[in-house]
Amino acid sequence: MTTTLRAAPAATIRTWLRRNLFRNRVDGVVTVVSAAVIGTVLFRAARFVLVTGRWEVIEANLRLLMVGRFPTVHLPRVAVSLAVASLVGGFVAGIVHQRQVAAGTSVVAHLSVVARLADLVERFWPALLGAALLLSLTSTAGPWITVGGALAAGLVGRLVGARLPALTHPVVVVAAVVTPFALVAYLADAVGWDSWGGLMLNVYLAIASMILCFPLGVLAALGRRSTLPAVRWISTGYIELFRGAPLFVLLLMANVALGFFVPAGSAPGRVARAIVVFTLFTGAYMAEIVRGGLQSLPRGQAEAGRALGLSPTRVTFHIVLPQALRNVIPAQVGQLISLFKDTTLAGFAMGLFELGNISESITSQGPFRGQQLLPEVVAFVALLFWIGSYTMARESQRLERKLGVGRR
Amino acid sequence: MTEPTAPADAAPSASRPPLWRDVRILRVAFQVAVVAVIALVLGTLVGNVRANSERLGIPTGFEYLDNPAQFPIPDSDFRQAQPVRDAIGEGLGNTLRVVLLGIVVSTVLGVLVGIGRLSGNWLVRTAARIYVEILRNVPLLLLIYFSYFALALTTFPRVADAWEPLGLALFSNRGVVVPWVDGGIAPLVIGGVVAIGAAVGISRWRTAVADRTGAPAHTARYALPAMVLVLSVAWLVSGLGASIPERDGNRVTGGIRMSPEYFAIFFALVIYTASHIAEIVRGSIQAVDRGQGEAASALALSGSQRLRYVVLPQAFRIAVPPIGNQYLNLSKNSTLGAVVGYFELARVTAISVGNGAPAVPSYLLLLAIFLVLSLVLSFGVNVVNRRLALVER
Repeated sequence: MTTTLRAAPAATIRTWLRRNLFRNRVDGVVTVVSAAVIGTVLFRAARFVLVTGRWEVIEANLRLLMVGRFPTVHLPRVAVSLAVASLVGGFVAGIVHQRQVAAGTSVVAHLSVVARLADLVERFWPALLGAALLLSLTSTAGPWITVGGALAAGLVGRLVGARLPALTHPVVVVAAVVTPFALVAYLADAVGWDSWGGLMLNVYLAIASMILCFPLGVLAALGRRSTLPAVRWISTGYIELFRGAPLFVLLLMANVALGFFVPAGSAPGRVARAIVVFTLFTGAYMAEIVRGGLQSLPRGQAEAGRALGLSPTRVTFHIVLPQALRNVIPAQVGQLISLFKDTTLAGFAMGLFELGNISESITSQGPFRGQQLLPEVVAFVALLFWIGSYTMARESQRLERKLGVGRR
Repeated sequence: MTEPTAPADAAPSASRPPLWRDVRILRVAFQVAVVAVIALVLGTLVGNVRANSERLGIPTGFEYLDNPAQFPIPDSDFRQAQPVRDAIGEGLGNTLRVVLLGIVVSTVLGVLVGIGRLSGNWLVRTAARIYVEILRNVPLLLLIYFSYFALALTTFPRVADAWEPLGLALFSNRGVVVPWVDGGIAPLVIGGVVAIGAAVGISRWRTAVADRTGAPAHTARYALPAMVLVLSVAWLVSGLGASIPERDGNRVTGGIRMSPEYFAIFFALVIYTASHIAEIVRGSIQAVDRGQGEAASALALSGSQRLRYVVLPQAFRIAVPPIGNQYLNLSKNSTLGAVVGYFELARVTAISVGNGAPAVPSYLLLLAIFLVLSLVLSFGVNVVNRRLALVER
């Protein structure tokens, strides 16, 4: 980067082009060649999306892609669960905001309502776009009520949450922990796990495994740094075994070989098996992430705790872990993203009716078989995953900037 | 584990805490308890496997490896009557073909895209960013489906009107054919090793001369011709020939063929892993202290010299461990070739289990092979890492 002493010339298209595309001869050649390649790719992609793609296969199977074969009579339960989840999420966001304002760290507090809405749109445009696309593909009222209800509940939760007295905050935290379990019980009460499907199942697998793997990962990370040799060896063995094994093979194994490891006739259902595998696998990675966080913490923190006369357990849980876990939140989100993407493996390996499996089956059976529509379905499903993963990744980056990880 | 002195025998002194609060006792007791629980769990699992296998009359040993496999493997000399052992060997070969080539190609692509993300050229920078942000955030399985069903089988034309870029390679829905050497791979490998050895030797010599005399090293000016010379001598001596794919109607001769399945898994793995490597490379370059690049500019090094001598060596030091992790991920993800019917290890194992091989030993063997593969790969990465690591106090 060169610095000139002259005042910067007025930014015209010409100077912009010269600065960014044609600085010298080589740069010009690079620009022309890459423009040709990018143009070809863009042209083919646009032609596929706008002209040759036969998207009626998505429209006809949208419900299958979203909720699988969940019976129609019980679909209101899905809508209610989504609304409750976003209400609780709104409460939490509201409380976080309240605390940030109190601590003076809020970025958006001084902005006008319009600017804050614009900030929200800027943060969640992929998700909003995805919701709009999904709604544009439906012809029934159900999805509209579901999405509208979830949005309204989230808004109400956020507004009420920002005004909740500090006394109720612990209640909300407890509610946030209990809600996922309660909602699963509520849904599974109507329709057994093994009949769940679609995007709902992918999301459920990811969230359930993430919640379960967290304590496992923290324990294994502490175990790996323990001064007790037996505990250290066992933790290291677990972590390295599961990090060295391909997830796909573990899932295949759970499908055909798990029955051998439990007493005859007591093998759990397929969804439970998948959750067990995802939990054990992600737990090993989580352990390494947490270990990184523990290592990044200066020794002085633990030593200061000891000097205050705290017991080793208290030092770990009140001083070391809170700081270490906060430092690795972005890495944990990264792990959640790859877990979300990896849930597609359960379909092929275990026959779960999740998105990867559905894309394959709606193009090989039923009215759309033999028409080579897999590209359309795979592109649509990939878009759904992209929206989820990209939104999480961006939120994680935002959080990273906010926490100032690596800069303090 | 060292046993602490048993305080029960010693006379209790005032300074000694009671047994249940003696840290040394607690440490041992806790470890014994943990080991006992783990042993109990593992013992139950093994006992269950044994009981279930006995009940179903399934063997638990590895004798099945000698039974005939009873399934064919396309694109190989494997015959159905050969034992399962050979089928697994074939599968390992197929896995390694994807993994080794995949590591090389995805590293090259990933480094290019990673540098491209920081390019001064707006078009290159934006395209690299879009590439990374799309590819990193979609499931690999869908990429594999897409590159198999949408690309390799549908978009690629029939053999009769195959794409032949520059007349060198041939893309059709029956696979991709690329040029290859005629007359065995051994002379090529030997020639290549000698040529690389010569190039390394010459550049070491030139560097030593430059260090001693201060004259410009001109490493590339000396080493590259030497390499070309050695290669062409090897070429002439061994009578190697190039085999370029040629099409005559529907028949393709010459070159080496990648099946659509191989192409799909290879292509998807490469573009997916490259997007992750690109992010690592970008992060590592940005992690190099700004002052380093500015100091290089102040010394009047050119842009490429600044990258080559100052920024990249430091960036790679940061990038090697995470890139090594990506190599491990790539090798594990290669099992997804099974999804499009590529005969790598997981698919061979799944089919042989379907044909009557006992499930538990088969999958344990598969896991063991991958553990060994992971160990070998991380050993290699560690060697590189140790050579690059800063020697500190």
